[in-house]
Amino acid sequence: MFNRIWVLFIARNKEFYRDRSSFLWNILFPMFIIIGFSFMFSSNDNSQYKAAVFHKYDNKPIMTGVKEQYVNMKSTRFIEFIDYQNLDDAIDKLNHHRVDIVISPETGVYWINRTSPKSYMVEKLLIAAAVDSLKVNTFKKEIVDGSEVKYVEWLFPGIISMNMMFSALFGVGFVVVRYRKNGVLKRFACTPLRPHEFLIAQIISRLFVILTTTIFVYAVIALLFDIKCRGSYLSLLFVFILGVFSIISMGLIIASRTSSEEFANGIMNLITWPMMFLSEVWFSLEGSNEWIIYISKLFPLTYVVDGMRKIMNDGASLADIKMNLIVLAAMSIVFTAAGSLFFNWSKE
Amino acid sequence: MENILEIIDLKKQYPGVNAVDGVSFSIQKGTCFGLLGPNGAGKTTTIEIIEGIKKATSGKILYKNKKPDKDFYSRIGIQFQNTELPQFLTVKETLNLFRNFYHHKANLDHLIQICQLEDILKRDNSKISGGQKQRLLLAMALANDPDIIFLDEPTTGLDPQARRHLWEIVQKIKSEKKTVILTTHYMDEAQILSDVVAIMDHGKIIAIDSPHKLLKEHCSMTSVILKDVTDKNIMVDFPYEFFEIDEGIEIQTEDVNACLQVLIARKVDLSSVTIRSQNLEDLFLYLTGSQLRS
Repeated sequence: MFNRIWVLFIARNKEFYRDRSSFLWNILFPMFIIIGFSFMFSSNDNSQYKAAVFHKYDNKPIMTGVKEQYVNMKSTRFIEFIDYQNLDDAIDKLNHHRVDIVISPETGVYWINRTSPKSYMVEKLLIAAAVDSLKVNTFKKEIVDGSEVKYVEWLFPGIISMNMMFSALFGVGFVVVRYRKNGVLKRFACTPLRPHEFLIAQIISRLFVILTTTIFVYAVIALLFDIKCRGSYLSLLFVFILGVFSIISMGLIIASRTSSEEFANGIMNLITWPMMFLSEVWFSLEGSNEWIIYISKLFPLTYVVDGMRKIMNDGASLADIKMNLIVLAAMSIVFTAAGSLFFNWSKE
Repeated sequence: MENILEIIDLKKQYPGVNAVDGVSFSIQKGTCFGLLGPNGAGKTTTIEIIEGIKKATSGKILYKNKKPDKDFYSRIGIQFQNTELPQFLTVKETLNLFRNFYHHKANLDHLIQICQLEDILKRDNSKISGGQKQRLLLAMALANDPDIIFLDEPTTGLDPQARRHLWEIVQKIKSEKKTVILTTHYMDEAQILSDVVAIMDHGKIIAIDSPHKLLKEHCSMTSVILKDVTDKNIMVDFPYEFFEIDEGIEIQTEDVNACLQVLIARKVDLSSVTIRSQNLEDLFLYLTGSQLRS
C-alpha cells in the first residue's frame, strides 16, 4: 500500500512541476499580490482609516487639551490624515464613505457618518486619544445634515459590480479557451460562422445571464436592507450594461488566442485582483498616491462602480456621469475590435 | 464522369519539413476517395488545406473546375479526427445548432434517420458512447446537406460493431450521390468504402487507383501462412518467396496448388495453414516499406 501511495506521490509531483505554466503561476501569483500590495500601501503607511482635516471652522472658544488630543491621535498608526480647504467638500466625502471622519483640530469639532463602521472605529480612536492627565474627550461631535449615504448603500453597487466582473471575465473567456482547446471552435470555424458572430453571441448570452441574476440579487438585497436608488433605474441599467460589455470584451482579448486554461486563468486572476482592490469596491482611494489613482483609472470597473454609486447614492443622471459612459464605451469598442482582430479559431 | 474536385501540385512547408510535397489528384462526383498513409504522412494536412482550415504554401484546388469560393465552403461537410462536442447540449440541440449555421439545411428527420440517432436525441452530449459520438459528428458534417463530405479517420477507436455501423451509414451517404473523401489507416475500411485509394507517405502520393487495380498491379500473389513451424530446415531451397513473420512463415505464390504440393512433399504439417489473397494492408506495407507508424 505504501509503495502505491509513494509512486503516485512522485508521479503527481512530476506532473505538477512539469506543467510549467501552472507551476510558475503557483509561485508567481502570490508574489505579485504581495509585492503589489506592499507597494500600494507602503506610501499610505498601511492606513486602514482616513481622516479629513479641516483647519479653521469658526471662532468658538477652544477647550484646553484639544490640541494635545489631536496630536495624540495623529500619532496613532494606520490613520491617514488628509487636509481639506473646504468643509463642505470634506463633509461630502464623509457622506460618501471616502473618508471616515472630518476633524477640525483648531476648534475641537468632528463629524462622523453614523452608518459607517469605520467612522465608529475612528471616533473611538479619537476619544481614546484624550490627554492622559484629563481623561476627558475635549472634542465635540457635530451632526451632519442627514444626507449621509448608508454604508450598505455605498457598498452595494461595488459588490454587484465586482460579482459582475468575475462572471463576465471568467464566464466568457474561460469557455472560449476551453472550446479552442478541445476543438469545438475549430469545428465552428468550418461552418459559415464568422468570428465576430461567434463573439457577439457569447457577449449577448453572458450579458443576459448577468442581467437576470443581478436583477434578482438586487431585488432581494434591496428589500432586505431597504436600499434606495436615488437616480433612475434605467440609467443604472444603462451604465451597468455598458460595464458588463466592456469587461466581457476585456475577457475576450485574453481568450482570443490561447488554448491553455491555466494561462488564461492566471492572466484573469492577475487582472481581477488589482481591479477588485483598486476600483474602490471595498475601500476608497482618497488620499492615495497619484500613481495608484492613475492605475485605477485603467480599469473599467472603476467607472462602473463610480457611475452606479453616483446614480444610486446621489441621484445622478446619465448626463452627470457622461465621462464614465464615454470611457466605458470607448473601452468596449477598443477591446472588442482587438479581441476579434487577434481571434484565432484553432490552437496556435 | 465529371471531376468535382481537382488538386494540382499542392505543397505545404513547415520549417524543416515538407508536410505535403507536390500532391495531385482528382475526385469524381459521387465516389468515395480514400486517402491512406501512416501517421505523419501528410493526409490530415492535405485534407485541411482543401477544407480551407490551413493555407497551402503553393498549388491549386479546383471545385467544379473553378477556384473554391464562399459557396464551396458552405457546400462541404467535415468530420474531424478529434473534436469534442459542445457541453451541456443534447444530441438534437447540437444538430439543430449546426444546421442553423447554414443557409442550405439538411432535413432534420432524414439526418436523424440516416445516422441512426433516434434513440439518443434527448441525451446529453457527454453521456453518449464512442460510436454514438461518431454518428453525431457525422450527422453534424451532413447538417448542410453537403456535396462533399470529409471524414478524417471516422472509426478510429471504435469497436468492430460500431465500425461496421458507421460503414453502413457511409454507404448510404454514397448512395445519395454525395462525394466522400475519407482518410484512414484501416485498410479494410478503405477497401470496403473507397472507389479510389491514394496511398501517401512522406508528403507524397506513392500510388493511386481503385483498390482492385492496385492489388492486381502490386499484390497479385496469394499468401500461404504456416503457423508454429519448429523445423526451419523444411524451408531450405524453397522454390517460392517467403519470409518469417511473428506467428511463423509467410510464403507468397501465384500458384497455390503447386506451393501446397511442395509443402506436402516436404511433409510439412498443414493442419494450421492459412491461405489468403493479399489485401490493401500488404499493398500498403509493400509500398511504404514499413509497419503503420501508429
